[in-house]
Amino acid sequence: MADKIDVLLIAGLLPAIDEKLSTTYTVHRHKPDAVPPDVAAKVRAVVTTGNMPPSLFDTLPKLEIISSVSVGYDGIDVTKAAAKKIPVTNTPDVLNDDVADLAIALMVMASRRLAAADRYVRDGKWLAGAMPLTRKASRKKLGIVGLGRIGKDIARRAEAMGMTISYTNRRAVADSPYSFIPSLIGLAKENDFLVVITSAGPDATKMINKDVLEALGPDGILVNVSRGRVVDEVALVEALQSGKLGGAGLDVFEDEPRVPAALLAMENVALTPHIGSATIETRAAMGQLALDNLAAWFAGQPLLTEVSETQTARVAR
Amino acid sequence: MTEATPSTKDIDVLTICQLLRPAEERWIGSRYHLTRADKDAVPDDIAAKARALITSGLDGAPASLIERMPKLEIITVNSVGYDLVDMKKALSRHIPVTHTPDVLTDDVADLAIGLTIMTSRRLAQADRFVRAGRWTKEKFPVAGKVTGKRMGILGLGRIGRAIAKRAEGFGMQILYTDRAKMDTPYRFLPDLFSLAKESDFLMVASSAGPDAKHLVNAAVFEALGPDGILINIARGSVVDEAALIAALQAGKIAGAGLDVFEHEPNVPEALFGRDDVVLLPHIASSTRETLSEMGRLVIKNLEAWFAGKPLVTPTPETLAMLANR
Repeated sequence: MADKIDVLLIAGLLPAIDEKLSTTYTVHRHKPDAVPPDVAAKVRAVVTTGNMPPSLFDTLPKLEIISSVSVGYDGIDVTKAAAKKIPVTNTPDVLNDDVADLAIALMVMASRRLAAADRYVRDGKWLAGAMPLTRKASRKKLGIVGLGRIGKDIARRAEAMGMTISYTNRRAVADSPYSFIPSLIGLAKENDFLVVITSAGPDATKMINKDVLEALGPDGILVNVSRGRVVDEVALVEALQSGKLGGAGLDVFEDEPRVPAALLAMENVALTPHIGSATIETRAAMGQLALDNLAAWFAGQPLLTEVSETQTARVAR
Repeated sequence: MTEATPSTKDIDVLTICQLLRPAEERWIGSRYHLTRADKDAVPDDIAAKARALITSGLDGAPASLIERMPKLEIITVNSVGYDLVDMKKALSRHIPVTHTPDVLTDDVADLAIGLTIMTSRRLAQADRFVRAGRWTKEKFPVAGKVTGKRMGILGLGRIGRAIAKRAEGFGMQILYTDRAKMDTPYRFLPDLFSLAKESDFLMVASSAGPDAKHLVNAAVFEALGPDGILINIARGSVVDEAALIAALQAGKIAGAGLDVFEHEPNVPEALFGRDDVVLLPHIASSTRETLSEMGRLVIKNLEAWFAGKPLVTPTPETLAMLANR
């Protein structure tokens, strides 16, 4: 039997995936800045979850591939990887369903005040009387900011609730049955719900500002499942406090895990701790995809999900 | 609404309904001689002369009240469910009973889907986690996926179908059981036990007749299994609550999302400290939009009855009674 390939693991994995990895490879678990020289000399792959200190490029002379169990890879220097022709793989798409599920739940939770309702029961308030009426979710108008894959998944679920759907995007999406509204303000004005699922490039920072929130209006609800920095959080808190915005469902925050104290006391918001993809099934699927990429690489097969930056560099050799 | 008939102001109407919205109650008060009373303390003189009774699924109409109302001609229930209305008593006196089907279907189905995701993904717990400031110190545990799971629906009526339609949007496989197989694309299972066995989410959407009491019992929880989740948006009496608590405590099922309880508003304290349950105060149809729609249906039925026109939304039993006359 041939010797197992040496892999450096610098992140925590789901136990089942960790076990599979250990069956196939010799897995070394070290902090990136404390890899013993004898290990560093033989490591051919790094497994991580979105981050890798650039120093590892220098300390691991035999590094061939970086397999990240994550969609985002902001924490990996892909330019350096591309220059060294080291492929980086991520795990896109497998989490789309989870994020779309959460977006729909946050819409219903914010409009029907379901997190507040659960507290109402647990605090014994029901004994003193019925909870105040809330607002209906079905058949309302939904505006989607960013009609990519997840945006479309959200739309399909919202259609089953009889919602009318419109969206804004860099450009109109061909063959989309939904109406394209070029301006964000226009989209906010038109809709009851505004769901943010843009890919969040640098120009998206604070694009959901005071004007957008006020256009959404006192009965409007904002849902953010993309990135915290897309929403101007100070303006959001102000709009909610003054009643200029009806409610919000938020999975992401500007300075997470820190959440503005003012939000914590509000009944018309639903707050979740960035758990868009936090399901056992999806984490397992992401881990499996990372394993499959490693297996493909060491079998000399094409990679399944290589990031575009390293792919381009390696093709253009 | 309809053309005014001069006599309606003399008609005595009694409301014991907690769900009527102010606008609709004012409208009825402007058309009829309307009296409001507490359901447990209806004065004799009011009971004696009222020709119409407005109630709700929560307030009901017990035989004892109907017996005290010799002039009662019609009962309008401002809810879809009317299991607390003594139908036998009403029908024996040929009193029609109307309810408010359909208008609340959307809300109930929205809540059912909301509860399903909240329970599987632990979203009420997640909201508590953030509000308690725990996110800065710990990681929230991974939860269970929703998309692509199997949803078993107990009772594929209007609401059951509306839930199924939404669940299809989540790529779920839909199974159901009911009195008989229906003309639907969903898979029929002959009994609740096999439905529970094949489902990840067991959705109770059946109407609550007396034979439905404790239909969802310990054996059903065993069949649902340690990864299974129970959702009840129908009636508390359908679920054996003591057996549910025992199943949760023993890890025999993964969780429960409940909008209704056996002895509401009393909720078993054993549930309060649990993170695997989502508890809602019977708010499946409590939206401003829907309550107004329901109130308008109460009005339409009252107007139709006293104008000698066909009722708009009689209960099925009422329809049968009227047809047999």
